[in-house]
Amino acid sequence: MNLIDDAISPAWRGTYTLFKKELFRFWRVAFQTVASPILTALLYLLIFSHALEGHVQVYKGVPYKAFLIPGLIMMSLLQNAFANSSSSLVQSKIMGSIVFVLLTPISYLQFFIAFLAAAIIRGFLVGFSIYIVAIWFVDLHIMHPLWIFAFALLGSALLGTFGIIAGIWADKFDQMAAFQNFVIMPLTFLSGVFYSIHSLPPIWQTISKFNPFFYMIDGFRYGFFGQADISPWISLVVVVAFLLALAWLCLKMLKSGYKLRG
Amino acid sequence: MSVSAIKLAPVMQSVPAIKIEQVHKRFGDLHVLKGIDLTINQGEFFGLLGPNGAGKSTLINILAGLLKSSHGNIAIMGHDVVKDYQAARLALGVVPQELVFDPFFNVREMLRFQAGYFGRGRENDAWVDEIIESLGLTDKAHTNMRKLSGGMKRRALIAQALVHKPPVIVLDEPTAGVDVELRQLLWEFIKKLNRDGHTIILTTHYLEEAETLCERVAMMKQGEIVALDTTANLLSKLPGKNLRLKLGNSILPAALLPMLKHGENGVFTLALTDLNQIEFALSELRKANVNVEDMQLIEADLEDVFMSLVGGKAGGV
Repeated sequence: MNLIDDAISPAWRGTYTLFKKELFRFWRVAFQTVASPILTALLYLLIFSHALEGHVQVYKGVPYKAFLIPGLIMMSLLQNAFANSSSSLVQSKIMGSIVFVLLTPISYLQFFIAFLAAAIIRGFLVGFSIYIVAIWFVDLHIMHPLWIFAFALLGSALLGTFGIIAGIWADKFDQMAAFQNFVIMPLTFLSGVFYSIHSLPPIWQTISKFNPFFYMIDGFRYGFFGQADISPWISLVVVVAFLLALAWLCLKMLKSGYKLRG
Repeated sequence: MSVSAIKLAPVMQSVPAIKIEQVHKRFGDLHVLKGIDLTINQGEFFGLLGPNGAGKSTLINILAGLLKSSHGNIAIMGHDVVKDYQAARLALGVVPQELVFDPFFNVREMLRFQAGYFGRGRENDAWVDEIIESLGLTDKAHTNMRKLSGGMKRRALIAQALVHKPPVIVLDEPTAGVDVELRQLLWEFIKKLNRDGHTIILTTHYLEEAETLCERVAMMKQGEIVALDTTANLLSKLPGKNLRLKLGNSILPAALLPMLKHGENGVFTLALTDLNQIEFALSELRKANVNVEDMQLIEADLEDVFMSLVGGKAGGV
């Protein structure tokens, strides 16, 4: 990283340092932030694939175990991108160490970029690690790598942004836990990680289409199998729209100093 | 502690280090700052005094960009803290009052990150090491912030404020909860910084601290500056002295009660407006058959000035 340190211009060194600090922060506790979600995803894979393999076939020619893996990768990627920015912010707010950043010339846009980039990296790291471990158990082919990359990037950016918003808003750890348990977790589980929405009753299919997580997971899965519940282009438009809306809200909060600068 | 290399490049002396113009701050119906005007020149050692709730920390937080004023302007080295906030923050180092720290990193890492936030790269590492040494943190450079004692954390906070070589340094109650030995060390360190050209703004509860260190002080009460002058001028405004008596019993004769400033455990401090009152006090004590075990004549201090301006109890400053 020393070469990057030297190459970066002083105007962007603050942003880069904040990004690097956020990376080091989660890497210092990698057992909790990386290893733990990988293990959780593998347990899901083990249990659900053993319980349902042979009973459920979602896409033609795709075993359930293979169908499950992209969903689990994306679920972990999204949850960890959210956790990275939200937990860092709420912790530094509660401990008071956020002042060390607020006292510096780092602009609100640079602040956003640094936290977002670190959230994306953690999401990718967890997601890629699950993929590497999972391919030992399942024969998984990739049909459209660019779609995979696009949805992984957009999804982690969306949840990273959502995490910044939640981190700014939450004043206590239990508020953040409520956010995770009552918003992120239900939206993830009801998004088609473990099933195709075509297997749901019509009313639930309609409800699922209001869940942005569904589009992220469905588009991501398309990259693996070339099959999805809806066109990846529609998913792309929906995800980009949600990302732009949340980024606008987040930047507005940061610019106004909401809950950061009274 | 040595701070041999903490020298500042010459700057335009005509620009005030800090210029505060008509700053108001309201929190809902609460009017916390009521039109503060204050100019602090480069190289000054300035004290900002006042009881809890006077508005000192609010003013410091607006200066540092942690709060927004409701009205008015503040400039640091000529840079407006809102319109030109990046240049203003580059010129300012703030030592916060609370012992805040990032639990993930050790002292050296934390200081290098802090320098990086201000746009400083690896060329600044030697400076970081020098501050570590100057503040007696060398042995703790690789210790996680969580594991430092309160005093060491305080030193690390001061180091953090200096990593980008700011010309203006604000210390918000730097010696609160610090033992006597470390307080003396910090005073020497801060005095050295000031001698090397840094403008120092100190907020403190300890009037003795302000009296010893500050050339000029502002006293705040309920969001207003009630006194602003050199420390010497403020002290000269109160020509009176204090008579401290240690008595054989804990009851002061009634005739001396109007002069009583403070009394506890048989030790009484009487405010004198005239030295002839000493004889009066002693005669009253003789009349009451009270044994005087010890007697001291003490000059008025900033605490007396403060009390005469803001009223209240001596310990509440």
